[in-house]
Amino acid sequence: MTVEAASVKVVRPGVVARRPDRKRSERSRLASVGLHGALVVASLVAVFPVFWVLVTSFKPDAKAVETTPKLVNDSSLDNYARILAGEKGDFLAWFGNSVLIALMTTVLAVFLSATTGYAASRFRFPGKRSLMLSFLVVQMFPFAVLIVPLYNILLLLGLQGTSMGLVLVYCTTAVPFCTYMLKGYFDTIPNDIDEAGRVDGLSPFGVFWRLVLPLARPGLAVTAFYAFLTAWGEVAFASAFLSAADESKTLAVGLQVFVQQNRTEWGHLAAASILVAIPAIIVFYLVQRFLVTGLSSGAVKG
Amino acid sequence: MRRFLDRHWYAYAMVLPVVVVIAVLVLFPLAQGVFFTFTDINEGNIANPILDRPASYVSVGLDNYLNILSGDASYGAFWSTLVRTLIWTFGCVFFHYTIGLGLALLLNREVRGRAVYRVLLVLPWAVPAFISAFAWKYMFNAQYGIINQFLRFLGLDDPPVWLGQSDWALVAVIIVNVWLGVPFMMVALLGGLQSIPGDLYEAAEVDGATPWQRFRNVTLPGLRSVSSTVVLLGIIWTFNMFAIIYLITGPNPNTRILVTYAFERFFSGASRDFAVASTYGVLILSVLLVFAGVYRRALRKQGEVW
Repeated sequence: MTVEAASVKVVRPGVVARRPDRKRSERSRLASVGLHGALVVASLVAVFPVFWVLVTSFKPDAKAVETTPKLVNDSSLDNYARILAGEKGDFLAWFGNSVLIALMTTVLAVFLSATTGYAASRFRFPGKRSLMLSFLVVQMFPFAVLIVPLYNILLLLGLQGTSMGLVLVYCTTAVPFCTYMLKGYFDTIPNDIDEAGRVDGLSPFGVFWRLVLPLARPGLAVTAFYAFLTAWGEVAFASAFLSAADESKTLAVGLQVFVQQNRTEWGHLAAASILVAIPAIIVFYLVQRFLVTGLSSGAVKG
Repeated sequence: MRRFLDRHWYAYAMVLPVVVVIAVLVLFPLAQGVFFTFTDINEGNIANPILDRPASYVSVGLDNYLNILSGDASYGAFWSTLVRTLIWTFGCVFFHYTIGLGLALLLNREVRGRAVYRVLLVLPWAVPAFISAFAWKYMFNAQYGIINQFLRFLGLDDPPVWLGQSDWALVAVIIVNVWLGVPFMMVALLGGLQSIPGDLYEAAEVDGATPWQRFRNVTLPGLRSVSSTVVLLGIIWTFNMFAIIYLITGPNPNTRILVTYAFERFFSGASRDFAVASTYGVLILSVLLVFAGVYRRALRKQGEVW
């Protein structure tokens, strides 16, 4: 293989254009204060709800509903301890199920949308246009309404009540958008790379797997983030398609039941919410530096 | 035929898995869903393999459509619900876009701590929707919610009961959805801004363009293709956004939009009316298809190839 991934990166036009290296004339102090002020206020609004849940999660249930808000009010780790000990439902089992389902969805959705996106980006084949259009239309389906027919089909395929069935359903939600995103990203990788790979004797799949995919890491990271979140936070399908047994629930479903049974236990609910949010935020932190480049090239090209 | 396959087989091989999954899990259910709209199917007469009971629903022709389109309140008052859905959709997408664009413009400048601001501003996207719903429901509580405590602190003695039976509930869910949806717009538009070549700004500056003129004549045209895509996606997603409303206000008629009503019809009530729910689904899909067609034509008129 003569094409080195590192040397290729330099020629990519998208990366060169994306660096905003224009230097504006010095900003006045007032403008600077205004700029930071606006960003600080916006950041506070963005972070506050999560922060407030975090604060509440340490309070006992009775203190969480007091009418004078305090940051610390008999705060302790009791809520967390009780939830992790399984007093409020089999939390750790739900957690395991959610991780398993979300990871399977991520892997499958990224794989499917990468191959499809690559085919749509590189090859001209009859039916390509209608395929991309159908991906747009699929996003318009109110999935709430597909639940009965979907239930029937999963039953027919023997997947009803299994994690795999749910993973496939999540893929139908995640894959269309991910394909759009990845197609746009593959479009920014020059075709010369593919041709060089073909000249060196790689098959079309080899080019895809060994040359293009490694270059598309930012796009893949964003796709993975999107697919992971789709599966991690979903409630409706999970409650319809997983068996009712407590140990096969996902976090989202388990927590809904918890909410309905314990309407007033805000402290415990907050602690459970924080535990659920942590994995999503970890995934987010891992991919956030790719987020702008990965998403934008997809959206720019549509 | 052979040559055709020789030329295209790897493209089809790469596309095939997705096509199969989508066909089996989307198109086929959709066809079945459309079929249901012409019947009176519900929990009581659907085939039940567990009880070994055959299906006993019958065709009712166009009755479901006629009942719903008459706007009857017992069928969800279709037209007023549609109006509310439009208010919800365009309200949300308007604020998503304007706030997202404003923040993207700020973040596109050379600002100290830009990376930190970006992480903080994107955070709402990373939080699972049902957690955000819970957080906001807690904050919107009329008595002990921090929002009303803050309003009282500002001197408003009688802050609204946010999640009660009034239009405040609609305002509340729109606020939550705006909070939730801004990061996506911001990130997409920030990417769009960064792909506008700096030369264009320099040329405009040399020509003596004011900042406003630079924004009007360089930034906005440069963002056109990103904007048209994300706005269309935003409208489709918001129109069908079910989780936020369902989790925050439940079956409150003041926040009822088409999708949540379909879901209500589907899950609640003794009979679980699948037929009416499916009919709502078909109507939602029709509205969106018409909208996408009009949108596309409008873009094409402006010379956009999409």
